[in-house]
Amino acid sequence: MSLKWLGLLPWLALLAGMPFVNRVEPFVFGLPLPLAWATGCTILSAATLLVIYRLDPANRARQDPA
Amino acid sequence: MNIATILIAVTMIGALAMALRGSRGRASGLESWSVGGRSFGSVLVFLLMAGEIYTTFTFLGASGYAYGKGAASYYILCYFPLAYVVSYWLLPAVWRFARANALVSQASFFAAKYDSRALGLLVTCVGIIALVPYLVLQLKGLGIIVSTSSYGVLSPTFGMIVGASVIALFVAVSGVHGPASIALIKDVMILLVVAFLGLYLPYRIAGGIGPMFAALDKAHPHSLAFAARGQSVAWFDSTVALTACGFFMWPHSFASIYTARDEKTLRRNAVVAPLYGLLLLFALFVGFAALLRVPGLTGKDIDLALFKVALAELPPVVVGLIGAAGVLTALVPGAMMLMAASTTLARDIYPLARGAASDREVAIAAKAFVPVVAAVALYFALTGGDTIVALLLMGYALVTQLFPALMVSLAPRRVFTASGAFAGICVGVAIVMVTTITKTGVATVAPGLPGWMLDLNIGVVALGANVLTALAVSLATGVVPARGAARVPAQ
Repeated sequence: MSLKWLGLLPWLALLAGMPFVNRVEPFVFGLPLPLAWATGCTILSAATLLVIYRLDPANRARQDPA
Repeated sequence: MNIATILIAVTMIGALAMALRGSRGRASGLESWSVGGRSFGSVLVFLLMAGEIYTTFTFLGASGYAYGKGAASYYILCYFPLAYVVSYWLLPAVWRFARANALVSQASFFAAKYDSRALGLLVTCVGIIALVPYLVLQLKGLGIIVSTSSYGVLSPTFGMIVGASVIALFVAVSGVHGPASIALIKDVMILLVVAFLGLYLPYRIAGGIGPMFAALDKAHPHSLAFAARGQSVAWFDSTVALTACGFFMWPHSFASIYTARDEKTLRRNAVVAPLYGLLLLFALFVGFAALLRVPGLTGKDIDLALFKVALAELPPVVVGLIGAAGVLTALVPGAMMLMAASTTLARDIYPLARGAASDREVAIAAKAFVPVVAAVALYFALTGGDTIVALLLMGYALVTQLFPALMVSLAPRRVFTASGAFAGICVGVAIVMVTTITKTGVATVAPGLPGWMLDLNIGVVALGANVLTALAVSLATGVVPARGAARVPAQ
């Protein structure tokens, strides 16, 4: 259950965060701020999912040993 | 005939040959044709599902939208990772139920969950209606690719007709094995092409990505952040939420869940997928670079941005390679969509007209529907005037209406009754259809609302009405079954 709450993190960061970063400057790594924020949230999604995948007991089950 | 045209022709023929080879020696039953006998491992399932982001939509649509709409195009980068966060829990649950009940189509999933054939039929219809604009945009992309990379020798109309025929043939001969056999080549090609263009063009034109955005900010002030009204942050948030929820609701994406070998495959994909989506960033760079180099395209011509800038900056051989990659990005997803539409027509609609049909007969009917659906899409592609992204957003607004009924059907206790789900979907779809056809938005219907509400994507408004209706009708039709009763066995 708690893992699902973790899944909310990227959603909140992107949707609730965007109103606060909606101006062109400062440029981050050359990107306008909202685009940099969106890119950051994409990476955050992958990172969050990796943590969830590691913590989720379902993935430690037998299935394939890869 | 120039070198670019030859490269594109060779690609089409090569893809067909590979499809034929991939399908040889396979059992010809419907389950093998449509969901690959449920035997695909991580990489293939991943490529088939993530195929969505590497369609002509990415290639031409995303770059065109960045060119024409500026900041609004950022949404394209965002919905994909959020959809995969949901997928981590959603897809294994769907897969488990589908396997236990030997389901092959999205409609049969709803029909089995709610024990209602009527609902299954409705889902079929929504899926097919939503798929049409999606297929249309693939064909439009093919038309653009063929005509621009042949330097105008071949017309867009010719490109669309050839493209539709190749896709139909491709599906008819090979089923899901055809797209699967070239999915990897297609993704590698498109990855290389888009990454190359997205890095090279900004350097070539402006001296780097940072300088490019700085120059754009001077030339087009305010285009790199969201507008205060119109395509504002409220539009962005509602559009991202809508498309993220709708991502797996397409009949073809839903069916590609079924091709997975096990649940772990689906969870592992969810982790990697968001990074895969970062490629879209490069597609946006291409569009922004094009805006500096070849300004002046408006209306539906913004979809030409990628090719116009490539023609201006690159030699014909490279343009041909870009065209070849573009052809594959339309072919693979186009084939998946066409197959999903035909399978569902044959399985869920055809038996109604025919009475009880044998499995063999349904499998034959599925193949017979392929050219019919292709012809309908071709008709709209030749007559319509929307941009690629506008078409996709319309499809998304429709298909996302299935999301609430799906989510609550997975809950341990039943929330919607079959009639509730049915009514909700009808209301949602009706709102989207009416507003699309009459070209109205929230602002026209209820101008008194606060500003940010006027900017909401109409699909989200329809979704709200959908859920409220479903709840109301479910309460009215009463008899909410006791706990655990939601696990309806398949007939």
